[in-house]
Amino acid sequence: MLTLAIESSCDDTAAAVMNDNRLLASLRSGQEDIHSRFGGVVPELASREHLRAVQPLTEATLQEAGVSLADIELIAATRGPGLVGSLLVGFSFAKSISYVTGIPFVCVDHLAGHILSAFLNETGPDFPCVSLTVSGGTSAIYLAESFTRFRCLGRTRDDAAGEAFDKVAKLLGLPYPGGPQVSKLATEGNPAAFKFPRSWLGDSFDFSFSGLKTSVLNRVNRFRQKGEEVPVNDICASFEAAVVEVLTVKTLKAALKNEVKDITIGGGVSANLALRESLARECTKNGIKFHAPQLAFCTDNAAMIALAGQHQFAENGACENLLDTDVYSRSPLGQ
Amino acid sequence: MRLKLKNLQETQLLGRILGELAVAGDIICLEGDLGAGKTTLTQALALGLGVEEDNYVTSPSFAILQEYEGRAPLYHFDFYRLGDSAEVEEQGFSEYFFAGGVCVIEWPQAAEASLPPERLTLTLIIDMDIPIEEDGENNSRIAQVEGTLKEKDFLKIFQQRLDIVSISYI
Repeated sequence: MLTLAIESSCDDTAAAVMNDNRLLASLRSGQEDIHSRFGGVVPELASREHLRAVQPLTEATLQEAGVSLADIELIAATRGPGLVGSLLVGFSFAKSISYVTGIPFVCVDHLAGHILSAFLNETGPDFPCVSLTVSGGTSAIYLAESFTRFRCLGRTRDDAAGEAFDKVAKLLGLPYPGGPQVSKLATEGNPAAFKFPRSWLGDSFDFSFSGLKTSVLNRVNRFRQKGEEVPVNDICASFEAAVVEVLTVKTLKAALKNEVKDITIGGGVSANLALRESLARECTKNGIKFHAPQLAFCTDNAAMIALAGQHQFAENGACENLLDTDVYSRSPLGQ
Repeated sequence: MRLKLKNLQETQLLGRILGELAVAGDIICLEGDLGAGKTTLTQALALGLGVEEDNYVTSPSFAILQEYEGRAPLYHFDFYRLGDSAEVEEQGFSEYFFAGGVCVIEWPQAAEASLPPERLTLTLIIDMDIPIEEDGENNSRIAQVEGTLKEKDFLKIFQQRLDIVSISYI
């Protein structure tokens, strides 16, 4: 089924064309150069940029796929979670195309997209699988039973993992986007230099990264109090080690408890090399297959929305109350 | 009024008291550096307002606004990433200030021009005079309280509640 997907939940506007399992085109408009001047994602700017990008980007995507709008059989768009102003641009644009052309429309949850992004690989996982979804707005572990059935096993109680990276970057005075910068400096540092706390929360699959952030702050302030230089690389490496260990151990435990044979990851933080290596190593030890999406499909993209949308259409059909269906900032899948 | 919060528990007690005293229409602005305890205080405030414990109050930094059901709805904002009042208005956030809920606003500077004058501003300051030991923690905070909540005798009741839990003034 020839599917056009539009995604605009945060930084990037993205569009993709997919025909069943074959991805024909997937494009993205990066906006980091604009955001970096403001030290963070500026929502109003974001929605303005989406507005400017969405139509030319969609046309370019159709062109790259070698199809025209008249060939499209299904339109999918991200309904949430995310910044409402940004979501509205892509969602309304996609809805209007559907309304005018009569092409069936499906709404896709952004998190469903991330959960399924490893299925864009040539060899996808088998169901049921455990999926770790980690980004700036989300940290959660899901049990995926099918392409449309997801059970949230645990989620963050305070900060998302990606947010913890960004906040540590900020308190170290690193430029936006801080998360990837922390990972980069971590490769030059000693992960055992500082023993930052791991928040296990008993047997729960929930996460908490707020205490870790405070611990890093205390450590940095101690150096500043003593007038010493802050060993930024060692702090980054030790912080990253703490996050990676908690994410790895909890995901593995969730897989073993639910007796699944496959683990997947998704979301912006799933591009983190230390996390990928750690999960791959532990999965091998435990006889579990590990599936990480290609780097281009870790961050927000429309290919995952096309994939999720096709399966949702096959299972539940098209969205019925097109004009009355609105975006949401918070996902029913849990954030 | 300046309060001395000796540890994390006292930050949580302060949040709890504010949550118990808050009514629909109250605006609480939270100022303080990263890691000063703004989200921790809001989590305790939510419990005081009757938000269910398993309805986690997570950081609104990414989403800008998170809503929770309590005795009155809790609207938890983080305006760190917004530029100015025009953006607060355009995004429709200012409507929430008059929507019959309790608004807790982190990094409220961008909303300054849109905020109703009757509000409470709480500034959490990391007490840098306390030297941090190796592997040590410094969760000691100074809380500066300005303004008021809608409760008629707010200041009097607030002080009584602080006395009960032995939070000290500076």
